[in-house]
Amino acid sequence: MATTRFLEWCGRLYIWLLLAFLYLPVIIMALMSFNVSPFYQLPFEWTTEWYALLWQNDQLFSATWNSLEIAIITTVIATVLGSAASLALYRHEFRGKKVLQALLFPPIAIPWLITGTAMLIFFFGVGIGRGLFAILLGHVALALPYVIVVVSARLQTFAPELEEAARSLGANQWQVTWRVTLPWIMPGVIAGGLFAFAVSFDQFVVSYFLSTPGQTTLPVEIYAAIRKGFTPEINAVSTIIIVVSMALMLLTARFFKFGGEK
Amino acid sequence: MAGQVATGSRRGLRSALPLLLPAYLWLTVAIFLPLSAMVFFSFMTELPLSGKAWSFTLDNYASFFSQPLYLTLLAASLRLGLEVTLWCVVIGYPAAYVLAKVLRGRSREAIFLLVILPFWSNGLVRIFSWAMVLREGGILDTALNAVLPFKINIDLMYSYPAVIIGLVHSYVPYMVLTCYLTLQAIDDSLIEAGRSLGASRLQMLKRVIIPLSMPGLVAGAALIFVPVVGSFMEPRILGGRTGTFYGTIIEDQFVAVFNWPLGAALSFILLAVVLVILALASPVLRRAA
Repeated sequence: MATTRFLEWCGRLYIWLLLAFLYLPVIIMALMSFNVSPFYQLPFEWTTEWYALLWQNDQLFSATWNSLEIAIITTVIATVLGSAASLALYRHEFRGKKVLQALLFPPIAIPWLITGTAMLIFFFGVGIGRGLFAILLGHVALALPYVIVVVSARLQTFAPELEEAARSLGANQWQVTWRVTLPWIMPGVIAGGLFAFAVSFDQFVVSYFLSTPGQTTLPVEIYAAIRKGFTPEINAVSTIIIVVSMALMLLTARFFKFGGEK
Repeated sequence: MAGQVATGSRRGLRSALPLLLPAYLWLTVAIFLPLSAMVFFSFMTELPLSGKAWSFTLDNYASFFSQPLYLTLLAASLRLGLEVTLWCVVIGYPAAYVLAKVLRGRSREAIFLLVILPFWSNGLVRIFSWAMVLREGGILDTALNAVLPFKINIDLMYSYPAVIIGLVHSYVPYMVLTCYLTLQAIDDSLIEAGRSLGASRLQMLKRVIIPLSMPGLVAGAALIFVPVVGSFMEPRILGGRTGTFYGTIIEDQFVAVFNWPLGAALSFILLAVVLVILALASPVLRRAA
């Protein structure tokens, strides 16, 4: 038993080492955004100057605004369309259903480099071109499969007898959906929406190929800035992004269990 | 009557269509048509834009096979994918095991969430954060020189190891997640039974635990290998001049050289490689499901 306890102790230590590996770089980056030296020199001296500079940087500001706008619109569209599709897949039996479900995986599994360049070619070819509208088209398509998968998972826990019961009590299709089904799957819909927001807000590759100099999103702007050279301003804006997206995922975790233990 | 309504709404594609159509139409316009268009464009000499003359050709594919550069870079990207996947297995599998079989209750839930949380945060930003750690005079350099009695220079930035470290950091949560899900499904009494029959820890690992968690390992490996082979942002930021891979060459065709037909051909070849890999992995995954 002594060896068992020793091994368990090693296991715990190992997990903490892994967490250190995952979090230390991000923490260091965040700390450097509060450091006076623009060349990341130590010793550490506290300042919020870089955040103040960020406030005056119009380019980053408008990119942030674009990112938020696109993420919010993506969330609304992908959540509505995705939830509707999940309901249809849950309620109806028809030939080719398996194919439709299988079609959800290419957008998730194919590397974004391929999807992004393909969108660039196609949107150019049909006259949509590049810019915010093209980025929005792409983001919704990338987010849809996540919403459908998450909402469908929640629907698996729904008892179809509830719909039957409501119908036999005289409720019509709309009433059944709004008053019975939707309230039950709401946690799944909210989680799906949060996933959609995260997919869009953090998306870099597809936005990168679809953006133009004036119409761009925050990650694309950061990438351009990194390639010009590192400045604490990038640390500051990166810190804000990471805090926002981690808070968002913690929120999602309240509605959706990642471990699948439910 | 009520029963008729219920069954009526459950059958047939036609009644499902109004709910299904918007989502799948969107996916068609933004994913499936673009992928088909890419295949089409990869056989063209020029983009049919602004009245340029174009014709069909196999040149784009011919140049992939005739110029050793592209094949070399594809091989380099496949090797990168393999190395990153192996490191993720070595680092992620033990962590998944500890999470599934050692930790219990609330601490397991909290730590599991902590492990997969970064993976949903911005990938670009996390790669950038490694630049702070790895460069000369960066944190790793300073910390090691403060502890070690002799002077060493750590300048991993803009090197192959830096790319590996950044990619492993980005993708190891996938491996933890997929392995955790399969390890958790292994009944503890099975392990106890094996142990009480006299199997050593190592035997249990080799004969029972690893075979049973194979689907998780394969799923994790596929989920990591595929995007790493197509990565371009990570090698660009952390690899500098040494960071030229297949993905960065594709990026160049679209944003620097503007040879889109060649870029489309290179992308399509990558897609074919990816599909072959996913097809190879799918029997193992299907057996699990």
